[in-house]
Amino acid sequence: MSLFYFVAFLSIFFSLMVIITKNPVHSVLYLVITFFTFTVHYVLLNAQFLAVVNFIVYMGAIMVLFLFVLMLLNLNKETEPMKSVLIKVIGAVAGMCLLVTVAGSIRAMEVSDPLILKNPDIGLVSSLGKVLFNEFLLPFEISSLLLLTAMVGAVLLAKKEQKSI
Amino acid sequence: MEAIFIIEKLVLIVVVFVLTLVIAMYSTLAERKVAGFMQDRKGPDRAGPFGILQPLADGGKFFFKEEIIPAGAHKGLFIAGPTIAIITACISSAVIPWGQSLQIGGRTVELQVADVNVGVLYIFGVIALGVYGIMLGGWASNNKFSLMGAIRAASQSISYEVAMGLSIIALLMVTQTLSLKEIVAQQEGFVNWNIWVQPLGFIIFMTCAFAECNRVPFDLPECETELVGGYHTEYSSMKLGLYMFSEYINMFVSSAVMSTLYFGGYNFPFMYDLGLSQNWITVIGVLVFFLKIFAFIFFFMWIRWTLPRFRYDQLMNLGWKILIPLAIANIVLTGVITLIKDTYW
Repeated sequence: MSLFYFVAFLSIFFSLMVIITKNPVHSVLYLVITFFTFTVHYVLLNAQFLAVVNFIVYMGAIMVLFLFVLMLLNLNKETEPMKSVLIKVIGAVAGMCLLVTVAGSIRAMEVSDPLILKNPDIGLVSSLGKVLFNEFLLPFEISSLLLLTAMVGAVLLAKKEQKSI
Repeated sequence: MEAIFIIEKLVLIVVVFVLTLVIAMYSTLAERKVAGFMQDRKGPDRAGPFGILQPLADGGKFFFKEEIIPAGAHKGLFIAGPTIAIITACISSAVIPWGQSLQIGGRTVELQVADVNVGVLYIFGVIALGVYGIMLGGWASNNKFSLMGAIRAASQSISYEVAMGLSIIALLMVTQTLSLKEIVAQQEGFVNWNIWVQPLGFIIFMTCAFAECNRVPFDLPECETELVGGYHTEYSSMKLGLYMFSEYINMFVSSAVMSTLYFGGYNFPFMYDLGLSQNWITVIGVLVFFLKIFAFIFFFMWIRWTLPRFRYDQLMNLGWKILIPLAIANIVLTGVITLIKDTYW
């Protein structure tokens, strides 16, 4: 249990660092570390497959692309757009609203019972595969269709217009 | 978990670690010897008999050279780059089964550091992490050539990971498990090797492994004719050495993975027909496994001194337009054959 609290602390700490730090590349790197702590959470829950897929997809692919784009953008202090006073005021108001909501939900919070896995092997590949392809086949297929659609859309947007002669 | 188990694993980890480093060290010598052989010259032969002390001399040279961190570089990330590269290279060998089990004084010692249930995916994850080392190093150098090298490395590794993953899916459809230990155990003897059922998958996997290791003909991140030195242009002394070293370790590990997945790992023909005891089979199996690894390392070097480098658009075309469709076709073909086999046999 203390391990959980330690990792949870690290998750929150690094996700705060993501928004506190000024340099966008540092921000992405802290986000990578945050995802790594999520992977540790999954391992603690014995969800090995989810852990390793989170590792490969988020840390290995998506964040590399984020970093890739940021490196090309060459962001620094001079190019940072100056925000007008109106936007700053709106930001402050929105932030206060969020603070009120968070404070209210923390007041209403109770300490939950410790999580007990009914079936500790549910996160292993074979059981997960069986569940996905039996009980949740339709949602699984629909979500893959959704991803495919997004991919086709991206290719269509990136494709150059054919010049009509 | 008793103490002897921990000691046993610690010993195994240290042995594997030392072996990895020594093999990577001597790969640098072997590379130059192979180059010499291919180009009809001798290669390094001054340091010790047949030049076997050459890697030590190179290592010493790396340590004693002046270390320069450029003024415009981001210091923390500049140091983190080679660190991540070498760490990810070293931890990827944790799930490889080096041999069967040894019987020592009534205890069964497994020659595998960790039998993870998702071993194949673990290796993938670590490989995916390896690209951070190159990207961070290249970006932190604050040099346009380094940045170009880093960007090339990132896009190349992501493109080829897709094809590599797809080629592995076809293999997993045959093996029905993600644990490397079980995959090797299934390939007993000679006719059960996965290469016989997945020849196309193997070729795709090997091509992608070359690309992931940044080896010729896919060494565009560090191609010296266009980018001075690529992502490590600004690096000097042992930091450069660590980048080079991690490349050789990656080569060793990917050779081990290829032998494990497709060439039966520690299995050898007639292993149970010779009337040997379990321990002897294990010892010979480990030797056979290393023989296979060395054969692959030699193949890596052979390719390096045979093929010229691709152009960048050719690299992307090969990855996205040839390897990925081929890998998907391989999955479909494997599925159809499995279905026919299950229905009619």
